[in-house]
Amino acid sequence: MSAAAFLRQARVVIVIGKGGVGKTTVSAALARAASLAGIDSLVVEIEGKGGLASAFEYPGELDYRETVLHPGDASKGEGEVRGRTLRADEALVEYLEEHAMGRLSKRLLSAGAVDVVATAVPGIKDILVLGKVKQLEREHPAELIILDAPASGHAISFLAGAGSLLDAVRAGPIRAQAQDVVDLLTDPNRSQVLIVTLAEEMPVNEAAEVAAAVEDQVGAHLGPVVVNAVYPKRESLPRDTPAAALAEQNSIHLRPGEAEALDAAAKSRHGRNELQERHLRRLRELLPLPQVELPFLFTASIGGRELDRLAVSMAAALEALD
Amino acid sequence: MSGLGPLLQRGNMLVCCGSGGVGKTTIAASLAVAGARAGLRACVVTIDPARRLADALGLETLPNVAHRVPLDLSDGLPSGELWALMLDPKSTFDALVERYAESPDQAQRILDNRLYRNISGALSGTQEYMAAEKLYELAEEGRFDLLVVDTPPSRNALDFLEAPARLTRFLDNRLFRLVVAPARSYLKAVSMAAQAFVRTVAKVVGAEVVDDAVAFFQAFEGMEEGFRDRAERVDRLLGGDGTAFVLVASARKDTVAEAIYFTDRLVEMGKSPQALVANRLHPRFGRDGSESLTDLAASDRARADSLGEDTPLGALYANLAEFRQVAEREDEVLATLVEKVSPAPVCRVPYLEGDVSDLQSLERVAQILTA
Repeated sequence: MSAAAFLRQARVVIVIGKGGVGKTTVSAALARAASLAGIDSLVVEIEGKGGLASAFEYPGELDYRETVLHPGDASKGEGEVRGRTLRADEALVEYLEEHAMGRLSKRLLSAGAVDVVATAVPGIKDILVLGKVKQLEREHPAELIILDAPASGHAISFLAGAGSLLDAVRAGPIRAQAQDVVDLLTDPNRSQVLIVTLAEEMPVNEAAEVAAAVEDQVGAHLGPVVVNAVYPKRESLPRDTPAAALAEQNSIHLRPGEAEALDAAAKSRHGRNELQERHLRRLRELLPLPQVELPFLFTASIGGRELDRLAVSMAAALEALD
Repeated sequence: MSGLGPLLQRGNMLVCCGSGGVGKTTIAASLAVAGARAGLRACVVTIDPARRLADALGLETLPNVAHRVPLDLSDGLPSGELWALMLDPKSTFDALVERYAESPDQAQRILDNRLYRNISGALSGTQEYMAAEKLYELAEEGRFDLLVVDTPPSRNALDFLEAPARLTRFLDNRLFRLVVAPARSYLKAVSMAAQAFVRTVAKVVGAEVVDDAVAFFQAFEGMEEGFRDRAERVDRLLGGDGTAFVLVASARKDTVAEAIYFTDRLVEMGKSPQALVANRLHPRFGRDGSESLTDLAASDRARADSLGEDTPLGALYANLAEFRQVAEREDEVLATLVEKVSPAPVCRVPYLEGDVSDLQSLERVAQILTA
């Protein structure tokens, strides 16, 4: 399948995963991959901490207004990437305001009424956030909407809230909103969920648990699981031949300590590769979904250049899927 | 003992904060292990739905009470005790309600209220507050020499500090108290506005929701004082001299940015972080300090290029260059934070081969933290 075909399967891609696995990086890479495939996209950050802006080297912080993160090179047929935030509190206030509260609301909202409403109707904020996503989907039919969702502990309640609310509330505008959200989440032509994980013990376990919950409790369609930060293999990296011996063969004089450093680094690389390999295998056993691997980049932070590399890897991995 | 060793003192409480995924739970558990190794009776308190501490300690479940964890004493070293507690916010809150209710009947009315039953799960800040409340209880009891808490995986580490005030504000809710309270004439206009608001809310979310809320605040009437007083004491404990904040960050821009923000807020409150744990760093190979990582990485890279990356020796150099490059970037990312927390000690914990999921690896981390 071409990357473009994959990205056109569903208009909304919801990216979830445990804290620290790189959800935002993956969301950004996906948007850039769409851009390279000629598709415009809008990345929506739910609880972002600025990672999205910095991945695109956008100076400043995102807010609820849409901002162009990457214009795309039109001469190469690239799409544009835009971004915005969508915070639960804002969504709730906006909703209450739209429901005829006018100027009265501001003061009462600051008096803590929002907390009371949000507590009295658990999940209301999440439903309103997703309701807003549905609205964005309608307003931007030609675009891919990428939702950088909350960390997975919260992600399930975030996605399952609408369904539970339908069971609890019989009528009213909130019920209608919840129904719309359930319709969006359960239609594979409209939305799919990408789980991001790492090739490590607990992230793999959690990915498997979250996948089951997404299918059972939300009824959403799961896309491939994205394994982030996989250490690329170095085929020529020797395993048993010490650096000292190789240096002698090459008539290279090593500085004191250099041989030890080379050997230790090689051992560490092989160790990581093997450990990750084991967890990737385990992930395949626990979670029968296609895997998309993104390489670990030896840079400690992601900027425009790194993002392009990840987007290219992402596109190649998507193309390799059936 | 150095590193974080000086923090492991009788009567101290260590609060581990940082963004999700940096390894707070592991660091908290390791600090408790280090405390036990220093001869203290140490207890780690965690509140984590993924039960990561339970995993790390090889336990299936932990109740809301402290649980003794057996330490391997085969090395013959003297040791204190290691305890762990998995927090259950709901039952902690229930116990508070029971304590401050004027009668068992009042307590029951609150516990049965639907709004109340949602609070632990839905009101943000509640979990954080209950963690702080549990710490307060444990500190009052004085059973443990050292308490280590792993703050909830909240969206914002600051929630932990703001939670007592936030919950008090919620319970003090002016709006609903106006609806509940008999209208006094001078409040009448506000009261009418409040009524109008409540009617609109009822239209949007349903009348029963509003009824629950009103019933809750009615039932709570008279207990605010006790709760507020308690929250103030919890606040004082968090702000006291025995409480040390340990920042945990990985060498990533976003977690470092959050740690910097958190430090600024602590300073505003007249506190400062007592230590920084830079977690899961890449190893530094064979560096004697005379040359910068940048220079080393560049010369390794040059060697790799001249030998060719597909030759065995070239691959060795290319690999070392990559590790040195990432180490250099990590130092760069951490530099501002390290400067900011100065003179607090900075402890660099390397990424450990294998997962830190058993007591043995917690002991290893404990050694690194106090080395």
